[in-house]
Amino acid sequence: MKAYIQGAGCISPQETAAGGPFLESVKSYEGNRLAVADPDYKQWIDIKMIRRMSRVIKMGVGASQLSLQDAGITMPDAIITGTAYGCLADTSVFLNKMVTQQEEMLTPTAFIQSTHNTVAGQIALMLGCHAYNNTFVHRAFSFENALLDSMMILQEGNAKHILTGGLDEITDHSHTILSRFGLFRNSISNSADLLQTPGEGTINGEGSAFFVLSSEKGNAVTEMQTPATLYKPSGAVETAVFIKEYLGDVMPDVVISGRSGNADEDMVMGALERKLFPGKAIAGFKHLSGEYPTASAFATWLGHNIIRTQQVPEAVLLSGTAPSAIKNVLIINQYQGTHYSLLLLKAC
Amino acid sequence: MEKLMADLKAQIIEQLNLQEVKPEDIGDDQPLFKDGLGLDSIDALELIVLMQQHYNIRMANPDDGPKIFQSIRTMAEFITANQKA
Amino acid sequence: MSGKVLVAGGGVICGIGLHLDACLGSFASMRPGMAPMQYLRSVHKDTFPVAEVKADNDTLAQMAGLPKHTSRTALLSMIAAKAAWESTGLGYLTNYRAGFISANTVGGMDKTEDFMNEFLPDNAKGHLRGVVNHECGAVTELVADALGVKHHVSTISTACSSAANALMYGSRLIKNGIVDVVIAGGTDALTRFTLNGFNTLMILDQQKCRPFDDTRTGLNLGEGAGYVVLVSEAVAAKLPNGAWCSLSGYANANDAYHQTASSPEGTGNYLAMKGALEMSGVAASEVAYINLHGTGTQNNDVSEGTAIVKLFGQDVPPASSTKSFTGHTLGASGGIEAVFSALAVKEGIIYPNAQFTTRMKELPFSPVTTFSTGNDLPHVMSNSFGFGGNCSSVIFSR
Repeated sequence: MKAYIQGAGCISPQETAAGGPFLESVKSYEGNRLAVADPDYKQWIDIKMIRRMSRVIKMGVGASQLSLQDAGITMPDAIITGTAYGCLADTSVFLNKMVTQQEEMLTPTAFIQSTHNTVAGQIALMLGCHAYNNTFVHRAFSFENALLDSMMILQEGNAKHILTGGLDEITDHSHTILSRFGLFRNSISNSADLLQTPGEGTINGEGSAFFVLSSEKGNAVTEMQTPATLYKPSGAVETAVFIKEYLGDVMPDVVISGRSGNADEDMVMGALERKLFPGKAIAGFKHLSGEYPTASAFATWLGHNIIRTQQVPEAVLLSGTAPSAIKNVLIINQYQGTHYSLLLLKAC
Repeated sequence: MEKLMADLKAQIIEQLNLQEVKPEDIGDDQPLFKDGLGLDSIDALELIVLMQQHYNIRMANPDDGPKIFQSIRTMAEFITANQKA
Repeated sequence: MSGKVLVAGGGVICGIGLHLDACLGSFASMRPGMAPMQYLRSVHKDTFPVAEVKADNDTLAQMAGLPKHTSRTALLSMIAAKAAWESTGLGYLTNYRAGFISANTVGGMDKTEDFMNEFLPDNAKGHLRGVVNHECGAVTELVADALGVKHHVSTISTACSSAANALMYGSRLIKNGIVDVVIAGGTDALTRFTLNGFNTLMILDQQKCRPFDDTRTGLNLGEGAGYVVLVSEAVAAKLPNGAWCSLSGYANANDAYHQTASSPEGTGNYLAMKGALEMSGVAASEVAYINLHGTGTQNNDVSEGTAIVKLFGQDVPPASSTKSFTGHTLGASGGIEAVFSALAVKEGIIYPNAQFTTRMKELPFSPVTTFSTGNDLPHVMSNSFGFGGNCSSVIFSR
């Protein structure tokens, strides 16, 4: 199966929502937690609606609007999101009050907005879109499953444009708890150097990227192949076979690697890159987005823009050089060494 | 009554996170729902909790909401009539 | 993309039985599962009846073959998924290209709530074991690992329609040749989080719920898990006792009206049912039984009923809400009701609607109130509608 990217929108710790030159300059952060660079959400959302919205809802609505604008459409034929954590802030607010107020005098707003399909539902409500609406919440496969569902629906032939996105937010509680699991470095002086200095743990990230996918080429420059996922591989050999089988005869010009700055994970990724793609341009992205389960949506936005602009920004290139004509971009994402996913993007 | 109505306006703005609305923007007799202040059924449930939190008045039936929450004045009158000493 | 998707079996655990046969017994003898809380600890213990699975976590852990500290959501999931697979007689699951598509709404929230008691006063406290499986997807993976499913594992969360959407996605995976077998459905344990959440909406009934009854005042929450086993035609040919039925149609549509309430005319409900009929190629008049979403809230039942009348006219087929027995099991409900509906086609079962006394003034029909088997049911529809306007309908056919 395949789909064409008709539009893309991304809200991330970088200035991706501003529409300037493609990652010409990047923002670097201190510490171990990146926060999205918020655009002015009021450009898309009515003030009466925005008052109830948590950050992840605003990020989702914002990026979806950017992608619809980019595609030049107002009404998709399906809305599908992937989010591992869902609406964490609202969940946290309700849970917190429930515990501290001992189940008394609770208000409904946070509970209503805590459901994982809130973002997809809000987008439908704002657009008045009665079409298919689904939300995948499967850890680091959430966005990949949303893409796969989108492609299968396009294949069925009734839908022409599908709005598909991946998003997650950080909250103070989630950051504290994930830190206690030892996922993050204690602190890092410059997040832009994350992948040059592998160590114990990565840095926490968040963001939202949406795409308008279509079965028709139209003005699209990027064609997306069916994503593939590999759950808990037995070792690097299984992962290498998985990648080779996925690619078949295709040799990518650029590989976007899911290195996280965590030395153990990056050792595995580095070995795979050297073995399967010697001399090819290898790009990283988690120093820009931070690590989170749906970071592959940011990588997809990056890959699409590499094809669109035919250049690999200096800020993402880790090694090798890209040819002057970039045809195939392969995203190899990994999350904590247990969840691998592949997505091939082609110039068209 | 005047003070109660002023308090209510501030409490409603805070509870419902009515950004860019100031207490003086809300008229004493302005409808709170739909075309007035634009509140909806979720806000009505929030107001029921507000009544309990600030005025110790329990409203068991959400269907009573629309009548009591017509305006700031109807809310204040209801509170005055029902508040325990 | 080709071929039919067949239902090879199913498994359920819920407030009216630890397995499917026990549930049928409860329907036949009109024994709903709602009762005062025994296992969930809440200050609302004496206010709201709930349909709990009648077993403590130690017992469930033993049944599931999982550690005792596992989230109740995962324990329920494992028990029902295992029962579903065993009902097929297909042998070892690991011999197939298999998927596990499970829905839930709050993941391991039951454990997170306890963690928060310690964590909130001091964020260096609280056993991390309590939150390690908080994510919805983590609950699914615990069960996938225990079942030995690796090929495709996914989790869907669209509030009360979650599990119906899991069936749709599972069916697509088979039609596209990505897997040959899918265990699809959902799970949710009762939590204080959901109980208090629904309480803030003031839609919990303090009595047993009365779906599609004029006197209804709200829903009762329940818990459980339900899964069907979906297979390709090639795998179905190997079934020792044949398939239960086919999954002939499904559709999801969005009401796009309000975050939690349904539109008065039931736009999303109507579009979902209509879409499912179109896919299955079945005329409305051929549907022989509808398993209603039927939560028992004022708003939900009017919307669903109005949409049904719009689609079926005055000749509404026999219909009932099994939530009048199981309570509303949220992310599990679409899975539990899919098993009931698929079995209805196979065995000709029409399930009763408990607690019914008075027809709704808005509707020209009443739900069925008695249990019967051996009916001629060529096509059965199952509805699941949820927050965020998410409306799903699936059709099972002989």
